[in-house]
Amino acid sequence: MTGKDEAELSRLLRAAIAGDERAYADFLHRIAALVRGFVRRKIVQGGVDPEDVVQETLLAIHVKRHTWREDAPVLPWVYAIARFKLIDAFRRRGRRIEVELDEIAETFAEPEAETVSERDINRALDGLPPSQRSVVSSISVDGHSIGETAVKLGISETAVRVSLHRGLAAIAKRFGRQ
Amino acid sequence: MRTEDLIKALDADARNKAMPLGLAWWLAVGVAVAVAAMIFFMTIGPRPDIMPAMHTMRFMSKFVFTLALTASAFALIRALSMPGAASRRAKLWMLAAPALVGIAVILELFVVPEADWGRRLVGSNMMICMSFIPLIGIGPLAIFLGMLRYGAPTRPVLAGAVAGLLAGGLAATFYAAHCFDDSPLFVATWYTIAIAFLTALGALGGRFFVRW
Repeated sequence: MTGKDEAELSRLLRAAIAGDERAYADFLHRIAALVRGFVRRKIVQGGVDPEDVVQETLLAIHVKRHTWREDAPVLPWVYAIARFKLIDAFRRRGRRIEVELDEIAETFAEPEAETVSERDINRALDGLPPSQRSVVSSISVDGHSIGETAVKLGISETAVRVSLHRGLAAIAKRFGRQ
Repeated sequence: MRTEDLIKALDADARNKAMPLGLAWWLAVGVAVAVAAMIFFMTIGPRPDIMPAMHTMRFMSKFVFTLALTASAFALIRALSMPGAASRRAKLWMLAAPALVGIAVILELFVVPEADWGRRLVGSNMMICMSFIPLIGIGPLAIFLGMLRYGAPTRPVLAGAVAGLLAGGLAATFYAAHCFDDSPLFVATWYTIAIAFLTALGALGGRFFVRW
C-alpha cells in the first residue's frame, strides 16, 4: 500500500464524517478489502473465520470513528483496530497468538474479495430486540433505504435511524460474545 | 449477513455522529477537576496557613510533582485511547514526575540532618494522605474509565493504569493544598503509595470494564 492510498482514504473518511454518505460507502468497501487481506494472512490455521473478523473490525471502525483524529494518518488507525479485533477473536476461541506490533508497514495487504458462510454477525443480529432487528435487516440484507424501511414498517424515519444506530451499537458490543 | 450488506447498514448510519475523542477528553478532565474539588472542599479543604505556605519552596514543589504527573498522564491516556496513535514520546514524559521527586529527595537528604530524616518521612498526616488521595481520586478515576470505554484503547489494562495515575495526580494536587507535610521524603513515600493504589484500581477497571 502506498501513500496515495493513505491520502485517498483519509480524504474519504473526512468527507464521510462531514456527511458525505457515498464517500463513506467507498471508504468502507476499500477498508473491508484491505482488512480482509490483512486478516487472511494472519490466520494461518483454522478456528477463526477471517470474514467474521473483517465484519467485527468494520463495526468497530464505525462505532469508534470519533477516535480518529482528522489530521492523523488513517491506515495505522485502521490496522490497530483490525489487529485488536483479530487478537480478541483468537482469545475468545482460547488460542494465543502473537501479532507483531511493528509489522504494520509490511502488512498493508492486498485487497481481497469476500467468501460466503455462516456468520457470527447473524447470531448477534438474532439477539437484537425485534424492532431493531427488523430495521437492521431491512437496510442491510434486503438493501432498503431509510425511507423505504420507514414505509414498510410503518414508523417514522427518525425511529428507523434510532433503531438502526442502537442496533448496530448493540451488535458491535455483543459480537462473538454470546 | 454478507459484508456488503453490513456496509449498507453502516453507511445508512453515517449521519449519526459522536463528539471527537480529543474534545471529549478535555471536557472529561474539566468535570473530573470539578468533582475532585467538590469532594476536597466538602471534606478536608486547604490548610489554614496556605498563603504563607505558598512562599516556601517545599510546599510549592509538591504541586510541581503532582502537576507534572497529571499533565504527562493526560497526554499519554489520550494517545492510548486512540488506536494507532504514537505514544512513545508521551511514555517518556511519564518519567518527568518521578525524576523530579527523585531529585528533590536527594536535595532534601543533603539539606536536612540525618537525625531528622525519619521524622520528615513519617510526618504527621500519612493516614490522612493515604485515605484522602484515593477518596478524592475515585470519582475522577470513574470518569476516566468511562472515557476509555468511549475511546478505543487497544491496551485496556495499561490505559486503565494510566487513568489511575491521572486520577492520582489530580487528587494529589488537591490533597497537597491540605497537607502540612511538605518534605519530599514524605511525598515520595506516602503520595506514591496512595497513587499506586489508584493505579492498580485503574488497571483492574481497564481489564474488566473497558471493553469495546
